[in-house]
Amino acid sequence: MKNTTMRGLSAALAVAISATAVYAENIKIAFIDPLSGPFAATGNQGLATFKFAADELVNKEGGVLDGQNFEIVAFDNKISPKESLIQLQVAIDQGIRFIAQGNSSGVANALTDAIDKHNRRNPDNQVIFLNYAAVDPALTNDKCNFWHFRFDANADIKMDALTDVIAADDGVEKVYIIGQDYSFGKAVAAAAVKFLGEKRPDVEIVGNELHPIGKVKDFTPYARKIMASEADLVITGNWGADMLNLGKSVLENGFEGPIYTYYGAADGITAAFGESGVGSLRVVGEGQINPPVSDRAAAFVTGFKEAYPDTDPAQPRIANVVEMLAKAINEAGTATDMAQVAYALEGMEHDSIWGTKLKMREIDHQIIQDVHIQAHTDDVQFDYDNSGFGLKAEDTVTMAAADAATTCKMKRP
Amino acid sequence: MELIAVNLIDGLVTGLLLFMLSAGLTLIFSMMGVLNFAHASFYMLGAYFAFQISVFLGFWMGLLIAPVIVGVLGALVERYGLRRVHQYGHVPELIFTFGLALLIEELVQFIWGKSAMPYEIPEILQFTAFSIAGNAIPAYKIFMIFTSVAIFLVLLYILTRTRVGLIIQAALSYPKTVEALGHNVPLVFMGVFGVGTALAGVAGVIAGPVLSTFPGMAFVLGSIVFVTIVIGGLGSLGGALVASLIIGWLTTFSKAYNVRMEDILNGIGFTTPDPIWDSAWRDLWTLTSPQIADILPYILMVLILVFRPYGLFGKRQA
Repeated sequence: MKNTTMRGLSAALAVAISATAVYAENIKIAFIDPLSGPFAATGNQGLATFKFAADELVNKEGGVLDGQNFEIVAFDNKISPKESLIQLQVAIDQGIRFIAQGNSSGVANALTDAIDKHNRRNPDNQVIFLNYAAVDPALTNDKCNFWHFRFDANADIKMDALTDVIAADDGVEKVYIIGQDYSFGKAVAAAAVKFLGEKRPDVEIVGNELHPIGKVKDFTPYARKIMASEADLVITGNWGADMLNLGKSVLENGFEGPIYTYYGAADGITAAFGESGVGSLRVVGEGQINPPVSDRAAAFVTGFKEAYPDTDPAQPRIANVVEMLAKAINEAGTATDMAQVAYALEGMEHDSIWGTKLKMREIDHQIIQDVHIQAHTDDVQFDYDNSGFGLKAEDTVTMAAADAATTCKMKRP
Repeated sequence: MELIAVNLIDGLVTGLLLFMLSAGLTLIFSMMGVLNFAHASFYMLGAYFAFQISVFLGFWMGLLIAPVIVGVLGALVERYGLRRVHQYGHVPELIFTFGLALLIEELVQFIWGKSAMPYEIPEILQFTAFSIAGNAIPAYKIFMIFTSVAIFLVLLYILTRTRVGLIIQAALSYPKTVEALGHNVPLVFMGVFGVGTALAGVAGVIAGPVLSTFPGMAFVLGSIVFVTIVIGGLGSLGGALVASLIIGWLTTFSKAYNVRMEDILNGIGFTTPDPIWDSAWRDLWTLTSPQIADILPYILMVLILVFRPYGLFGKRQA
């Protein structure tokens, strides 16, 4: 009996060792985002997309360099900057050289500082920060550094694209801006006022309002004010429950114009709006899911829904992150010399699976891509939340804000 | 002028919804002396149960069945939880209900996930009842008003005009005597707890489609319910109604009108400091009423506690 146990154990050990031997070849990407707590739905959705994109776009195509595979290693940061720094250290100690994070610009600000410091102190063991969703403009302006790369359009770029579309509509006379009372809500409002003032000085901003974040039970009084102001359209940077409740309340109380949002889709929001959002709800963002731009894009979404039926690839840019990283590693010819990989990544041009051209600007490491105004509709091939409703690209701003100014003064190694 | 009428209706809806929650809570408190921290969680359970039932049987069956399930759950919690903890005093009871609130929230997330549920207004009520100067009043709001008023009237009738109400009222003040007269007081307690939580369940069922059904819905409403019963006077049904309506109108009106602190201070006779961003009082000067609308009820509570500690309609207690 004891003998069998010993034999079984040594067999298991042998398997384990050979398994590590195989995995040692893998190039690991640390995914540091909330996987528990109130924002877990978004975090897990991002993780699923990363895993699927790594398998589908890189590993099944033969990997990078001489057949090395991407492996996504998940770390739960509970959306706390402090916890994120601990997880970053754990990841670095495990020998991981690529850090992906996106939820909350507060976390991204903490990580970008910590990574910059770490890289200066440990030139043999540097890491690269792949920011796939944190949109605070400061990250590619005052707080930029050589190791940080942003793959999402930042808040200013999105507003630039959105106001391009609004400015082209002569029927617009009155605009109402409403947002959550914290840094991001204020940034959205400031950008809207700035860009509208430049592009359409004749448009009147009839309301510019902040409400307490996450504390409003009933948005009806706000909806009444919006109605009373006779606004033609509403702009909001709200997310989560605040997004859903504001939108529903405004629509219920008789508003019929467009509601332009940053985060008015997926993670239950699309399903909860359902029929009521059709014709009004718009989302500004990158990545065109509907109509699919190519068979390859359609196959990606179909494959993702088969692998993860309960979630959606609602952050399509993650596919760009994975593809561009693979390309940079191949160009640099190394997955260990991070400065080489970073130099390969900056300035890179790439054709996205979603049909847009991508350019990682050298000057501030902000990606430039097509930004779409997408409408909430049931006229879609791929829905969100398995609800029959989804987003369909309506207007496209090609290579939005490609020549936008930046205050970034980057120091290169 | 028209906007005032619209806001009066909106505030009434908010207030009546709050009343359905606080009515149960205040009844339970006056009877058992327990502040039920889990009360808003039963409200959330009501919404989730009703959503689940509405998927299969439609909204109206949800409205009928969900509160009953919530009420039975509440009664079971009283019978097998609170009653056992009761002998150890009030603090363990408080901690018990507090733990229960956390447990229910986690359970809801475990079963239904963290995203909002697509719980919809029934199609028959998806129309505009009437409009006042372009402001639509959805039929569902009218339905909410009638439901809550009906519930208030039924409760009032039962408590003041029936034998059951008589026994409940008697058990409130003299439980020992009532018990000695041969009434089953623990059963009365269980019944009151069940009905109280069922009321919260009804509130959840009808609020779920408009205020959205998500795991944070109990948290958002939890504290304001306590404020309501403190302002109204602990144990007073009429007080709960008046306080709910005051809070409903107070928050609605302060959100609907941008009253600026600067105008108020200027009106009193202070002059605006110039430039304003250098002033130490900058934050006070730039306040607007929508920003502080949600803390106004708490300020009112503090004032009530200072000047009338037993609440608007509460009986003076030792």
